[in-house]
Amino acid sequence: MKYITAFLLFWYDFIIGDDWRNAAATLIAIVLTVGALAAGLPAFWIFPVVIGLYLVSLLKTT
Amino acid sequence: MSTSQIFLMTSTFLACGVEMVEALTIVLATGITRGWRSAMLGVAAALGALAVIVVLLGPAMARVPIGTMQIVVGSLMLVFGLQWLRKAILRSAGRKALHDEDKIFAAEQQIARQHMPDTKQPIDWYGFTLTFKGVFLEGLEVAFIVVTFGAAQQRIDLAAYGALAALIIVLAAGVLIHKPLSRVPENSLKYVVGLLLTSFGTFWTAEGIGVEWPGTDLALVVLLGFYAILATLIVRQMRATPKGVAV
Repeated sequence: MKYITAFLLFWYDFIIGDDWRNAAATLIAIVLTVGALAAGLPAFWIFPVVIGLYLVSLLKTT
Repeated sequence: MSTSQIFLMTSTFLACGVEMVEALTIVLATGITRGWRSAMLGVAAALGALAVIVVLLGPAMARVPIGTMQIVVGSLMLVFGLQWLRKAILRSAGRKALHDEDKIFAAEQQIARQHMPDTKQPIDWYGFTLTFKGVFLEGLEVAFIVVTFGAAQQRIDLAAYGALAALIIVLAAGVLIHKPLSRVPENSLKYVVGLLLTSFGTFWTAEGIGVEWPGTDLALVVLLGFYAILATLIVRQMRATPKGVAV
């Protein structure tokens, strides 16, 4: 049990880290890109824009 | 060598270098405080355990289809890169305390001194555990970086060369100066690695999903430039409006 908890904690720390919004921004970019591709729209700009917006949101960090 | 292969080696070299500097700090603090024999046995045991993991994990990764690999590895790399970039931006803007290897070294020595070694025992298990844990955990990140970065481009050899170069340089520096590598500009390195991982992660994840990047590999350079300029502007804006410093 101790090892499973440590294993899960390692991955939680690796993926979520100090700020869950890192993972959320990545997930949003993936979902939007999949949607745009399914609709036959150009999608290369979605990742840079979503990640860029996340970085800009750091300005609100105290 | 293509642009993405140069990026691969550079990212692996820098990312692994930073993890190795952190592991070296723990080993030096334990070795100097509690003796080298048990500290080095801990290092050897951790390296052995890591070798087993890499041998088991490497061939399994090679069997995963390239598209799936790019999505999984790319998104993990993006999340990991954003974590480093976020911290680097906040540190550069003075909103987060700088990573200080001297301070960490002193804290590790403090921990190592808390239980004095039993001289009757052939091995100081406390010192062994400290270095085993430090090297194993940092090494796990190194192994993960090498195996996944390499597998996503089907060039584990290039990723391994990058990590090997970092290992040789960090080890040589550690042996020569016998002190924590506090003069390594770790915060600047993390800034650069954060930018590289974020660019690489963006490129691979989108490509794995099915995006065709304009300019193919050259899009990596454009992404790196975009994130670098954006991060610089954010740091400048933050410096212009100072707030409290988080530790």
